[in-house]
This record gives sequence, structure tokens and C-alpha cells, in this order.
Amino acid sequence: MKNNFHKQWILITCTLLIYTVRVFAGGDIFIENGTILTVTSGIIENGSILIKNGKIVQIGKGLKSPRGVTVINAKGKYVMPGIIDSHCHIAIEGGVNESTQAVTSEVKVEDVIRHDDPAIYRYLTEGVTSVMTLHGSANIIGGQNAVLKLKYGKSAEQLLIKDAKGGIKMALGENQKTKGRRRHPSYPEGRLGIAHILKNSFIEAKEYIRKWDEYKNKIKSGKIAIPPKKDLRLEAITDVLKGNLKIHCHCYRADEILMVMKTCEEFGVKILSFEHCLEGYKVADEIAKHGAIPSIFVDHWAYKIEAFDSTPYNSTILNERGAKVAINSDGIDVVRRLYHEAAKTVKYGVPEEDALKMITIYPAEIIGIEDRAGSIEIGKDGDIAIFSHHPLSVYTKCEKTIIEGEIYFDIDKAKTTEKILKETVPVSYGTGGAR
Amino acid sequence: MKKILLLILVFIITTSAKGEDIYVIKNATIIPVTSQNITEGTIVIKGSKITGIGKNIIIPDGAEVIDGTGLYVYPGMINSFTVLGLYEIGAVGVTVDAHEKGTYNSFITASKAINPHSVHIPITRVNGITSALVVPSGAVISGQSALINLNGWTIDEMILKNPAGIHISFPESEPISDFKTPTKKQIKETKDKFLEIVKNLDELLERARVYDAALESNINPSEDLLLEALKPVIKKELPVIISVNRENDIIEAVKFVNKNKIRAIFYGVTDGWKTASLLAKNNIPVIISSLRSPRGRFDPYDAIYSNAGILQKAGVKFTFATGDAPSARSLPYHAGKSAAFGLPKDEALKGVTIYPAEIFGVADKVGSLEAGKIANIVVTDGDILEIRTQIKHLFINGRKIGLTTKHTELYEKFRKRP
Repeated sequence: MKNNFHKQWILITCTLLIYTVRVFAGGDIFIENGTILTVTSGIIENGSILIKNGKIVQIGKGLKSPRGVTVINAKGKYVMPGIIDSHCHIAIEGGVNESTQAVTSEVKVEDVIRHDDPAIYRYLTEGVTSVMTLHGSANIIGGQNAVLKLKYGKSAEQLLIKDAKGGIKMALGENQKTKGRRRHPSYPEGRLGIAHILKNSFIEAKEYIRKWDEYKNKIKSGKIAIPPKKDLRLEAITDVLKGNLKIHCHCYRADEILMVMKTCEEFGVKILSFEHCLEGYKVADEIAKHGAIPSIFVDHWAYKIEAFDSTPYNSTILNERGAKVAINSDGIDVVRRLYHEAAKTVKYGVPEEDALKMITIYPAEIIGIEDRAGSIEIGKDGDIAIFSHHPLSVYTKCEKTIIEGEIYFDIDKAKTTEKILKETVPVSYGTGGAR
Repeated sequence: MKKILLLILVFIITTSAKGEDIYVIKNATIIPVTSQNITEGTIVIKGSKITGIGKNIIIPDGAEVIDGTGLYVYPGMINSFTVLGLYEIGAVGVTVDAHEKGTYNSFITASKAINPHSVHIPITRVNGITSALVVPSGAVISGQSALINLNGWTIDEMILKNPAGIHISFPESEPISDFKTPTKKQIKETKDKFLEIVKNLDELLERARVYDAALESNINPSEDLLLEALKPVIKKELPVIISVNRENDIIEAVKFVNKNKIRAIFYGVTDGWKTASLLAKNNIPVIISSLRSPRGRFDPYDAIYSNAGILQKAGVKFTFATGDAPSARSLPYHAGKSAAFGLPKDEALKGVTIYPAEIFGVADKVGSLEAGKIANIVVTDGDILEIRTQIKHLFINGRKIGLTTKHTELYEKFRKRP
């Protein structure tokens, strides 16, 4: 009897241990019989996906559901990789702009992540699993971005993808001239000054590297030397020059796109993404040659001068001329539903398979997680969105959002309006409201 | 001399005949909205009107015939709240005439400054939207809106109904309190301001009644544009279109409408899902948007998507709007999104066609495909509410409208860049 009791305890402890390890490593889920939009290797009708320990381990037709794994029947549903938003400002505590100076490369979004921002949940309900959350565009070099998995309910530490190179936010054009810096009028006040500040920042960083190299060389050869002063601001730009921090550059006009490419090329630096890039279509060849990914709004326009010479065929031309294109939300209402935006590009001539890449694998490249997310492939994270209809249909709705094999949004369990109304006692408005 | 007169006569006849262009779309699936769909149907457009619609229609002589095989014919959609023609570039104040200073501006009329050649008008219509309500904003009573067709050389050619309504931005009765509980002082200040504005509105309407009575009894008061504009409101000839969103404010707005015995349409109505039975009971139609975030930070995520379906089920007449100019073309997606969240698809289509026509009192002219109605017609290659659908032909007031816009011109120019 006593022995049995011990056995029971051992069993319980073991189960708990296994469970803890399992949860830590991600979940196990089997999704069966759905239309799988893999994004990188075509469509699989009546396909199934097995996710184990948070990773995709099997994809194909006629897979058998393994024992002890949560099974999701996706018959009639569309299964796609979790949507990735490479430009938003959610989950940031307080203001997103350090607009007091033109260059504040030292500040980091990851220091101020707010894990309980309801916006995280709202993004999940639209099938979004990963985001890059950035500084605003009030100054030329705004600071360092953070990359998150939207594991709503977990701590800020658990949301952050530490090994993803978040990169640094730069911003050109009108916002430097007006909005953000209105309260702190200072140099620069135009595109000419912006170009100068950018170049000068790189020169200062180069000089910083030289001083430190000189110091290190002296020490190495046994000489006495005083270390140069640590400068976190220049250190960040040094990382840009060394390619450790990728550039995400907010821009609109074709001329400023060319300007920033030339400046960066002069210092051997590549720009990873052009944010907004509404006039990208005018210099599509140059962008494609540089290898930057424009991250755009499809048809959001006319809110300012630099957003006026714009066309929703921007994505079409860029795509036709060989640039990868991503679509971002910027946290604006109209474009939170990225799958709607992707459908718009199809209306303007982009092939459907490319349109889906614009909200999955291409933004994954921008936020530096393309090796683990952005498509349904064996070995990648089990980040999946399941839709009721084709995700490019206006009638679709996201029903489940899965991150690393764990369900973070389930329409059946969500507090939808309908459920809330059913639970609520009807309000009697008395006779006061009636005619 | 006679010869010259004859020549002039012939000229007049031929030009007027030219004005009476005849178009026929045949072999298409016709969705009249107010009656059964017609497969392999024909529709005849003569002058500004639809003159024939059905299966066995004789094609008139001299008609330009469009083969509609594989295509769908819809009535043009109506965007029930925009600033089209009053707005070019948001951040450039001098290009925006949508707002006006002041508090009680019933005399402001949108039609006075609508630019028929605004860049946003062709961009909106090529997505199948042929009419729009143009609304002035910026005050408690912001003025009179105009319902226009989205084509014309002058505003007079575009008017469907003017004024279409008088707009009131209803004050908020309570401070917004998603995170912090408002202080007693804040609550009192908001309430006091609310009561003051409602009292002022009540008084204005009462003054309009006195003014009208004076006119009727030939007392001839001096002309007052403020009260003159409110005359059709107190006679229930013109609706008041009230912008109101939150539950408590909607309840207060209904009280205001009933107390003053006016006809009202509510705009915004983000808490419609909480107040559907009240709105239905009081017969108040609503103008809503579906592609927004929920009003409250902790509202259910689908509150705005589900709003239309819940209102429709409760019996509230509804229509959709985008509220702006640059995204006015996205109107069909608002209806489509609601259809994904509980609104029947045919109701979603009615919400952008016949329902707004009924709500604004122009159902005899637009909103469906019927003989005798204005020929506002959209020919598509699929479901008009679907994002990927292409518009193939467009008619407004019977005129065939080209599908070229600033956007297509930029595309053509830059796709050809060597």
C-alpha cells in the first residue's frame, strides 16, 4: 500500500515534469484535412500538419494522427503560416518616439515591452503570430526595434525573440520637417539636412571604430593606452556599419529612397527594408538591385503630400521588377487585417501566391526570422493561422491562431460579441426611449 | 436663311440624339437587388435611365452592345458618409474644406464647395461606388450634406439630393474611461457640457418652430439662415444625421430625437450591438463602418465586424460608409466583412445599394436595377463585395465612364520605365 502510494507520487511528479518540459518546448498539435497554403511550396489539398514540441515535423496528405496529440479538424478550412507584421507599434509602454534629438540610436523598444497590451490579442484574432514593433518616425534615427511572438498572456521576456535581429529605425522626409519635431525645432528642417545627418552619423561611427581599434592595437602590442569614452549612441551606429543592426528606413519619395541607398552604399551598408515606400514604384529597379524589401501600405494614401503621388499598383510594379514586397499594418485600423490588404494587391495585378508571401515570408525576412517562420515547412516553428475561407476572400475569418504548437486564439473559446450578448441580461430601456 | 435654320435644326436634333446614347449589356448575370437575379439577362440604358431589363429584351437600333458573358451587372454602390470633393490631401489644410469653425452651423452646405474634379472621385467610382453622401464636419451642428453621383462637369449635374440631411455631432455624456476611473470633477464637467449642448440644441429647434410659425402666419421675421436651415427638420422633411457611438450616448440621442419629434439617422453607432433593440423600437436607421477597431479597448474583438449583423437581426435599417475620401473606394469591403460575421450576404449587398437609397429618400432614383431608375450601373467579373473582383464597365447617369484614374496613369507611366 505504502509502496503504491510512493509509485503514485513518482508517476505524478514525472507527469508534471514531462508536462513542464513539453510546455517549455512548445506544444504538440495535429491539423488534419485542410487546404494548406504553404507559401513557399504550393498548396496541399486535404493536407495535414504535425507539430511536435512547437516545431513542424510532418506535412502532407494522408498523415495519421498520432496518439495523445491535440487534433484540429480543418476540413473545409484554409491553413496558412502565421501572418507576420513587420511594422507596428503595439506592446510599447508609453510614447514610441524619442523625438528630442535627430539621432537616438541608443534607445531600445525591448526595454519597454508591455506584454498585456490588448492590441496583441487583437492581432492574434487576425492570424498574426509575429511582429516587429518599432519606434515612431519623429527623428532620423529613432532607436532599436523589438521582434515579438504574440504569446498573449506570457511575460515580456517570453514574447521577445532575442536572437532575431530587430534592427534600427530610420526615418526621412515630411515627418522630420513637421509632426514629430514640431515641439523641438532644431536641425535639420528639410531633406538636405536629413541627408547630411545620416552621412555624418556614419562618419562619426567610423571614427569611433578607428579610435577603439587604435586603442586595442596599442594594448595588444603591450603599449599603455587610455580607452576612448564609451558612447552607446555611436556603438549602435557602429553595429549598423558592421551589419549587426539592420536598417528599416521610413521613406516615401523616390528621391529620398535613392539618397539613402547611395549614402549607405558609400559605407558598404545594405538597407534591409524601406518602410511605407509609397513612391517605390518609381525606382523599383534601383530598390531591387540594392536588395531592400519595401514594406508598404497597399492603398492607404493622400494623408500628406509625400503620400499623394501614390498608386496601389506600387506593389505590382515592385513585384514585377523583382523586389520582394511586404505589407505592414503600422497599427492603423484600416490595415490591421493584413490578409485583406494582400487581397488588394491581387486586385491590382499581383499573383495570389506572391500576395501571400507579402504577409508571411517576406516580412519574416525583414524581422530576421525567415529561417524559423513565414512558411509551412518541416523544421520551422509551428506558427499557423486557420481561416474559414480563403484568406484573400472578404468573407474569411480567422478561426485559430497557433504559435509554436500552442493555440493562442480560438474563435470557439473567444469572448465574441455574440457570446457576450447571450450572457448579458437584456437591458430594459423603459418607456423613456420609446416613441 | 431657311436653309441655315434647317441646318441648325438638324444640328440640334443630331446632337440631342447624340446625348441620348443607348447602351445594352447582354448575356450577363444581372443582380437587380430588389428582385430575383436574372441569368443571361439584358439591360438597356437610354439617356440617363434604365429603359429595359430582363431576359427577352429587344436590342434597340443604334445601341452600343456590350457582351456580358461571364460578367455580373450590379446597381452602383452608395457610400453613405464621405468627404469626397471636400478633401484632397489630409496634412495640407488648404486642400481640405471638410471642416468649418463654429458650433451651430446649420447654414453650412457641403454642395457649395464640392470639387467635381477632385482626384478622389474617379478613384472611388472605379471601385463600383457611383454615389456618395458628402458631409461637412467640425461643429455640433456641422451643416447640410449632399447626396451626389460621382460624375459630372459641375456640381449641379451630380446632385441626387440636396440637402440630404443636417448633421449633428452628439456630445458625450460621460468621459471615456478604458483604463482610469474618471474623477468626480471630470464626470461632472462632461455631464454639464453635455447638458448645456443638448439644451442649446433643444432651444434652437424650438426657435426654428417659432420662426416657422411666424413665417406661416405672415409675420415675416427677418431672414435667419440658422433657423431657415432647421425648418425642414422640425417639419420632418429632412432627417437629422447624428454622429453618436457609445451606448449611453445612443440612449441619450434617442431621447433627444423623441423629445424634439424629429426624424433621425444615426452615424457611427459603434455600440449598436448593445443598443439594437432600442434603435429598432424607435425606427432609427444607422450608417456604420465595419473595418475599424472596436471602440473600447476591451470590447470584444469582433464588435465592429458583428455590429451590422446584430442590428439587422434586430430589425434596424442600416447602410455602410467609410467616413473619408481616400478610402471611400473600400466601401464594399465593409459590407463584405460584416457578411463574414453574421450578416446575410444579400443583406450586405442591400446595405450598400437599396438601403441607403431608402434611408436618404432616393429609392425611386437609385439603389437597384429597375426600368425607370437612373442608370448607375457596375459591370464586374465577380461578386462586387469581394476584394479581388475587377470592375469591367461603369455607367453613371447613363454615361459610360472610363476606368482611368491618377492611379492607373501612374501605373502605365512607370511600368513602361526603361
